[in-house]
Amino acid sequence: MPLPFEKPIEDLEAKIQDMRRYAEEQGVDLSEEIALLEARLDRLKRDTFENLTRWQRVQVARAAGRPTALDYLTKAFSGFLELHGDRTLGDDPAMVAGLAELDGRQVVVVGQQKGRDTKENISRNFGMSHPSGYRKAMRMFDLADKFRLPVVCLIDTPGAYPGLAAEEQGQAWVIAACIQRMSRLEVPAVSVVIGEGGSGGALAIGVANRVLILENAIYSVISPESCAAILWRDASEAPKAAEALKLTAKDLLEQGVVDRVVPEPLGGAHNSPDEAIATVKRALVEELAALDGLPPAVLLEQRYQRFRALGRFAEAA
Amino acid sequence: MALERLFRRNRPTRKEDDNSPAGLWLKCDACSAQIYRKDLIANLYVCPECGHHYSMPVDARIDMLADPGTFERWSGAIRPVDPLEFVDTQPYVERLEKAEQKQGRPDAVVTGACEMGGHPVALVVMDFFFLGGSMGSVVGEEIARAAERAADEGRAFVAVTASGGARMQEGALSLMQMAKTTVALERLAAERLPYVAVLSHPTTGGVTASFATLGDVIFAEPGALISFAGPRVIQQTIKQDLPEGFQRSEFLLQKGMVDDVVRRQDLKARVVAVLKALSGAKERAPREELHAAAV
Repeated sequence: MPLPFEKPIEDLEAKIQDMRRYAEEQGVDLSEEIALLEARLDRLKRDTFENLTRWQRVQVARAAGRPTALDYLTKAFSGFLELHGDRTLGDDPAMVAGLAELDGRQVVVVGQQKGRDTKENISRNFGMSHPSGYRKAMRMFDLADKFRLPVVCLIDTPGAYPGLAAEEQGQAWVIAACIQRMSRLEVPAVSVVIGEGGSGGALAIGVANRVLILENAIYSVISPESCAAILWRDASEAPKAAEALKLTAKDLLEQGVVDRVVPEPLGGAHNSPDEAIATVKRALVEELAALDGLPPAVLLEQRYQRFRALGRFAEAA
Repeated sequence: MALERLFRRNRPTRKEDDNSPAGLWLKCDACSAQIYRKDLIANLYVCPECGHHYSMPVDARIDMLADPGTFERWSGAIRPVDPLEFVDTQPYVERLEKAEQKQGRPDAVVTGACEMGGHPVALVVMDFFFLGGSMGSVVGEEIARAAERAADEGRAFVAVTASGGARMQEGALSLMQMAKTTVALERLAAERLPYVAVLSHPTTGGVTASFATLGDVIFAEPGALISFAGPRVIQQTIKQDLPEGFQRSEFLLQKGMVDDVVRRQDLKARVVAVLKALSGAKERAPREELHAAAV
């Protein structure tokens, strides 16, 4: 299913396909015509994806077929060994975690997992964690510190789950604790927003030394829909809210919220997942190499300063 | 019906909300008793008839907690800006201007030094009537500065929260205040200085999910709504009514989320008792151990 603004691209791609088939079936040479159309397709993709509105980027960030945490963990990493459970309440399928190697380096990984189809989405609660998920993440941070392994977190959640059980089990408490626990890591930590960075539920695994974001991913204090429902009293004003919230990778880099934007293949990660996964892998390898060997005190201070400095205000006259 | 009533009764009264000159008498939101306004104020904004806790103005809160004449204000040296040039149905700058005029302060928090029962304290009080007590860059920065200064000066940290959560109009920068306030508290922890959080009505969203719930000891005021997601959001998600008292202080005490529910008239004494019990860690711990524990 293409996104609404991808329709012209899809139509042109279909046309090129048809021409190719025709040329083959009829044994005629249409290579010049096809080359022209392909050039046009390239321009069209470039025009479309370079000029996406913020709301369109929100749709790309949520697009079906976009690589999920497990896609990265099984393809960018090797030997992913999943570890389950929070040792208190259960196992949260919306938060996956474990041990893996990245380019020969042993790491601890934590990722928010959306479903790749409806059935998985339901079992993964659409990537919305309960307190159990954050407890699991904290367990992983303990492991990482104890065994001196760097941490990689993959952020992709609409937000922490707003439900009865989640509240009863202290959703706010556990998110605060997870933020605090992550800030205390004595090992290097890198977080990547791979899709949707939804509010506190995303930040809980985003208190890293380096925070990366994919070109078409978003990171926001509130979803555009909820923001619109509150401020415009109408959830259908979400496109306006998306514009106002300045939640794209480029915006966030300007705000200092993220440190690096990882480019996506032309047409978005959902159209070329393997290429996107390879780019993220290269970026992660570089980032971890840069943090290699830094002593705990330096890592802690760097993380402290990084988050301490965020925010804009003026000195009073 | 009962549920509706529960949610209604803790809503701050309009009179305080807009700071309009109040009548001499008002009708209690909870028990409908006619209360003489002066009596309500003298009773720390608690209904003398039914004990319902109203939201308390910041200055009254400071007067109630600080030893007389000891409060010295720290906050106010910084002002909010409009980093995203945010406009919804109204520009953010206009909302800020109105809130400042109404509340007489640049943003939704007051911090300062004081003594409580003779203990040196950094006191943080949030103002729910300034844009819903929402936490943007200024609130986050003031709290972070207060925590760091408390660490430097060897003061305990006492925060009275009241907030709708992160301030949407500052986007992801607001979200980052959750991390900023959290890391600043580490300075305090490294000095083994106690932090007592007092959650007042309402404390929700990004404030609950950051510094508010990281107190060494957490007290809640009676009947306060304390949550991550608001009741309306949850109702929309699960499409059923919420149990009575859900997300209220007493419910959270039962669930193990707060150390106690403390009536306002007892609050200062309880906080002071905690400060007395937890202060002096530095003197007790050998130096090396302190350094090992410092993070």
